Amino acid sequence: MNNTVLRAENVRMTFDGRDAVKDLSFELGSAERVALLGHNGAGKTTFFKMSLGFLTPTDGRIEVLSAEPGSDKARASTAFLPESVAFQRTLTGVEVLKYYAKLKGEDAKKAIGLLERVGLAEAGRRRVGTYSKGMRQRLGLAQALIGTPKLVLLDEPTSGLDPISRQNFYDLVTEISGNGATVLLSSHALTEMEARTDRILIMSKGKLVANDTLDHLRTAARLPIRLKVKSKEEPAEQLANRLGGTPVNCRSVEIMCAHEDKIARIAAVTSLGAMIEDIDVHLPTLDDVYKHFSEKADLEDSAGEA
Amino acid sequence: MFQRILTVAQQEFRIGLRNRWILLSVVILSAFSMALALLGSAPAGTLDVSRMTITVASLSSLSVYLVPLIALLLAFDAVAGEIERGTLLLIFSSPMTRSEFLIGKAVGHICVLLLALTLGYGSTALMLAATGGGDTSGFIDFARLIATSAILGFAFLSLGYIVSALVRQVTTAAAMAIGIWLVLIVLYDLALLGALVADSEGFFASSVFPFALLANPADAFRLFNLSALDANAMVGGMAGVAESLPFPPVVALASIFVFAGVAMSGAILLLKRVSP
Repeated sequence: MNNTVLRAENVRMTFDGRDAVKDLSFELGSAERVALLGHNGAGKTTFFKMSLGFLTPTDGRIEVLSAEPGSDKARASTAFLPESVAFQRTLTGVEVLKYYAKLKGEDAKKAIGLLERVGLAEAGRRRVGTYSKGMRQRLGLAQALIGTPKLVLLDEPTSGLDPISRQNFYDLVTEISGNGATVLLSSHALTEMEARTDRILIMSKGKLVANDTLDHLRTAARLPIRLKVKSKEEPAEQLANRLGGTPVNCRSVEIMCAHEDKIARIAAVTSLGAMIEDIDVHLPTLDDVYKHFSEKADLEDSAGEA
Repeated sequence: MFQRILTVAQQEFRIGLRNRWILLSVVILSAFSMALALLGSAPAGTLDVSRMTITVASLSSLSVYLVPLIALLLAFDAVAGEIERGTLLLIFSSPMTRSEFLIGKAVGHICVLLLALTLGYGSTALMLAATGGGDTSGFIDFARLIATSAILGFAFLSLGYIVSALVRQVTTAAAMAIGIWLVLIVLYDLALLGALVADSEGFFASSVFPFALLANPADAFRLFNLSALDANAMVGGMAGVAESLPFPPVVALASIFVFAGVAMSGAILLLKRVSP
């Protein structure tokens, strides 16, 4: 059975002779949670618009559930939350949600239940004009959950949300994919999604520069792991002599090591036994990995042009 | 399909009620029409036509100014506003088609207009009836006025949609809508008048002028309504024109329909090219 939900094949999109997206190829399987990362202007929104059929790629093709983007079949099973959406301020949350449910041909009464799922059950009777930014975003998400979409596209859904709302938001995303929908969400707020996505796509200047799980990307980036070791009494210099690394203050030493050396280095630290008070292991964050891949692509680009 | 058109129409109507568009239009229409009815129907006694009929003649001229303005103000936001708010992306990512969307908007806006016209002009009709100036033919005149005003409104709504689909900024669309009103309602008639004065007997007056009136829905509206009133000879400055026209007045009504239909199709075609 073919369970590819979204397929991009050598997609290129040119605006005024400038490539906004080039050589973009990837596939999304069913019930995957995938993050699309990139700077502003990296081509994320352009890609979403192509996936919805609003823009036609200059080259290559995109398939949504084996259908043309924007075709009836594709639209019937795709849900979308744009980057910034401002619903009519004079309407209530319930009225907005019922409207989109009817446009999608779904049961309007059932859609009202979604307000509860996004925590707007009480606010639903109030006008959208009185909502906070987080509430408006959650209303947008409720709109995207109407019916049973197979593909949910979320363009910068968490921008401007406070950490708690963001957590709730990702809980919902997990719930959606648990129900069998594929979720593709774009972001430049990176760190908070570490445990929340199955796969990460990184776009830089319109090109896909990475497509893997976070763990694999970490390994591929070969970014050093940082161990911070704190001694009980020994001065840091002495500790640094025995373990390698650099003293950072009078009792702590920082050791940078490669992924595959991690266990050996930790073993060396623990062999010191009583000398050690504490050890912190800092894996490279998603921000570090992201920076690595987008900078690498930049370097290759400028090398190619030179 | 009808479900989706109806949904958009309902929502537009609800928004019209909510943001007080309807209230504002009703207040303006009823204030002006009552003033015209009270002041303008004074000669009715001496002319031996009903006060209602003579009021409808004045109100046709009022409609020519107010209805296109209200329609354009309702319409300019239809596409550009939804683009700016980001909601057009949402709407067109649902199974809704472009034509369903715009037809839904038009149906909703026409209902807004009809309600405003019925309440605004209706209150005047009732006032006249209550003060003893009413008769059956007068009510028919009022009904015709309201219905044709709505058709005139449809023509200008469509023009507003064209503007809204052409530009992506709401403010630009608003400015262009006002510009259209100024050109078609004010300057067009001035230009015709000027040309008529310059060439009152010649080719322009006989062959161009009547069709120039047909081409502008506002003039066609005035032409039809005045000639439809029995008492046209006494109340309408344009009544004389109606008699010397090379076509029956109902052609004027048809031309508003044609204008609205063409403009609406144009707006839909433009919307199909819009990337939300």
